[in-house]
Amino acid sequence: MSEMPQREAYGRALAEYGDVNKKIVVLDADTSSSTLTHFFGSRFPERFFNVGIAEPCLVDFGVGLSLGGFIPFVNAFAAFLSLRAVEQVRTCVAYAETNVKLVGHYAGLSDFKDGPTHNCVMDLAVMRAMPNMTVIVPADNNEIVNWLPVIAEHQGPLYFRMSRDKSLPVHPADVKPEIGKSIWIREGSDVTLISNGAMLGRSVQAAELLAEKKISAGVLEIHTLKPLDVDAICLAAARTGAIVTAEEHTIIGALGGAVAEILAENCPVPLERVGIKDRFPVTSKGADLLMDHMGLRVLDVVAAAEKALRRKER
Amino acid sequence: MNYLSEARILELEEIARQIRVESIRIIHRRGSGHPGGALSAAEIIAVLFFDKMKHDPTNPQWEDRDRFFLSKGHASAALYVALAKTGYFPAEDLLNWGELNCHLQGHPDRVKTPGVEMSAGPLGHGLAVGAGVAMAARMNKKRCRTYVMLGDGEMQAGIIWEAANVASKYHLANLVAILDYNDVQLDGSVHDIMPLEPLADKWRAFNWHVIEINGHNIRQVRDALDLAEEVHSQPTIIIAHTTKGKGVSYMENSSKWHGAVPTAEQLDIAMRELNEAGGAK
Ligand SMILES: Cc1ncc(C[n+]2csc(CCOP(=O)(O)OP(=O)(O)O)c2C)c(N)n1
Ligand SMILES: [Mg+2]
Repeated sequence: MSEMPQREAYGRALAEYGDVNKKIVVLDADTSSSTLTHFFGSRFPERFFNVGIAEPCLVDFGVGLSLGGFIPFVNAFAAFLSLRAVEQVRTCVAYAETNVKLVGHYAGLSDFKDGPTHNCVMDLAVMRAMPNMTVIVPADNNEIVNWLPVIAEHQGPLYFRMSRDKSLPVHPADVKPEIGKSIWIREGSDVTLISNGAMLGRSVQAAELLAEKKISAGVLEIHTLKPLDVDAICLAAARTGAIVTAEEHTIIGALGGAVAEILAENCPVPLERVGIKDRFPVTSKGADLLMDHMGLRVLDVVAAAEKALRRKER
Repeated sequence: MNYLSEARILELEEIARQIRVESIRIIHRRGSGHPGGALSAAEIIAVLFFDKMKHDPTNPQWEDRDRFFLSKGHASAALYVALAKTGYFPAEDLLNWGELNCHLQGHPDRVKTPGVEMSAGPLGHGLAVGAGVAMAARMNKKRCRTYVMLGDGEMQAGIIWEAANVASKYHLANLVAILDYNDVQLDGSVHDIMPLEPLADKWRAFNWHVIEINGHNIRQVRDALDLAEEVHSQPTIIIAHTTKGKGVSYMENSSKWHGAVPTAEQLDIAMRELNEAGGAK
């Protein structure tokens, strides 16, 4: 399972889940051979809709299906779902409180070869700004597969964000993710690394490197950006007195932004944010290469932790 | 308007062939790109850049230049080859496509690459942007023309039809859309994924002047571009019937080759079929 790209884990699991829950319908916008929703499409052709290259229509068509009692999984590249169709999402999904599952694919830097227009490092800030929206960023394939029934049974608007490729595996096959409930991946007493998505595995590696330097780093996975697990963030601040966030997203408005808001209002401690520093990505020959180039190296997490520690000790 | 001699047609056919050869080579070298839609556009891009358009590669910002917008930005390989061959940047740059420090992005980037009029990639922007550019040219009393190349899958985007309304409302006769009608998109055939027909009638209903041609016939492409200049109160769309992956048998009419990269052996076959004497190199 961990050898598959995220989209394949999702595509296969969705096709299987189609048997369990007959209310699931799947929509795509001419990208089903990229998002791999075509697995579902070939198994349940009568419950699969390809609307062509028309993301705004895709969202609203899904809204209509939800009004008719179905559970639409609306799939597109994250860049186009969260940006081109954003007003449809705001009005007809979030505001109207419809039961639509938005699935953003090829998010972050994972579409390295298509370049800055297809990279998507602001979708989470957009989605998090919407009232009523649940926002989930899974870290690996085991998590993705186990999220599926949870998402389908959740009532209301939801955004689920995935990478194109595989990420470092973190979770066991039987991980049981719950909306709004963060997961302690590793305990630590000096600093807490708060992360999600593809950066979670890198944060675990950073914690191991820090341990070699006799720094005890905890790792907390905040897979649900909204509703946010405020208690866990405050507990981490109280326990370690220094926080690092690490995300495959601009540091504005998503994990780093959210944690900064919570800390400032509730329990101020030094915070360092690892993420994309308010600039557009570039085209690359590999996803890992691009993540490194954009400041998302394991060593960047390590350096941020050391800096947060120095600030704590001052 | 000058008549295209047979010799000139042969020259432009040779340029289109070279655009195909180089596009495939740089896609292979980078290990990514979109060959199908680059190959279907080769003749149109050859005629525009090497014959029809007024432009000056030594002065990309020349005010009176004709403008070309590649709205189907994923066909960037063909555009990059044409820009390099006409002299906007050194041909060596093509070899660095995809490197972190190279100005050539996966999709066209107007800030980084000389000769690129507008950044593209997300489908649907070119016609509305082109309409704005055509309107600005009219207001600035410039005689330059604006050409926008669209994909047929792209035609499913609602904004294309919003832009069609705007261009016809303002009688933008200096705007020409060119549709690369290869009947293939990412997921399959356009007529299966989201049928467009009767397409010419739709554009006529939107008050556009419609010309239908074979997009691989150099003379027809040139004639259509010339004819569009004779239309004085409407924008023109040239519906160019094409073959996706044209010239490489295994790529033709196949959505598999929308965004796939040929292996070394496949590259060899492609070069042979495109009569490239040097082979894959
Ligand atoms: C808004 C948007 N949605 C999806 C995509 C992903 N995508 C890239 S190319 C493509 C298919 C384009 O087909 P077509 O317009 O027919 O181009 P051509 O056949 O000329 O290559 C898709 C869906 C995109 N670039 N932009
Ligand atoms: Mg097409």
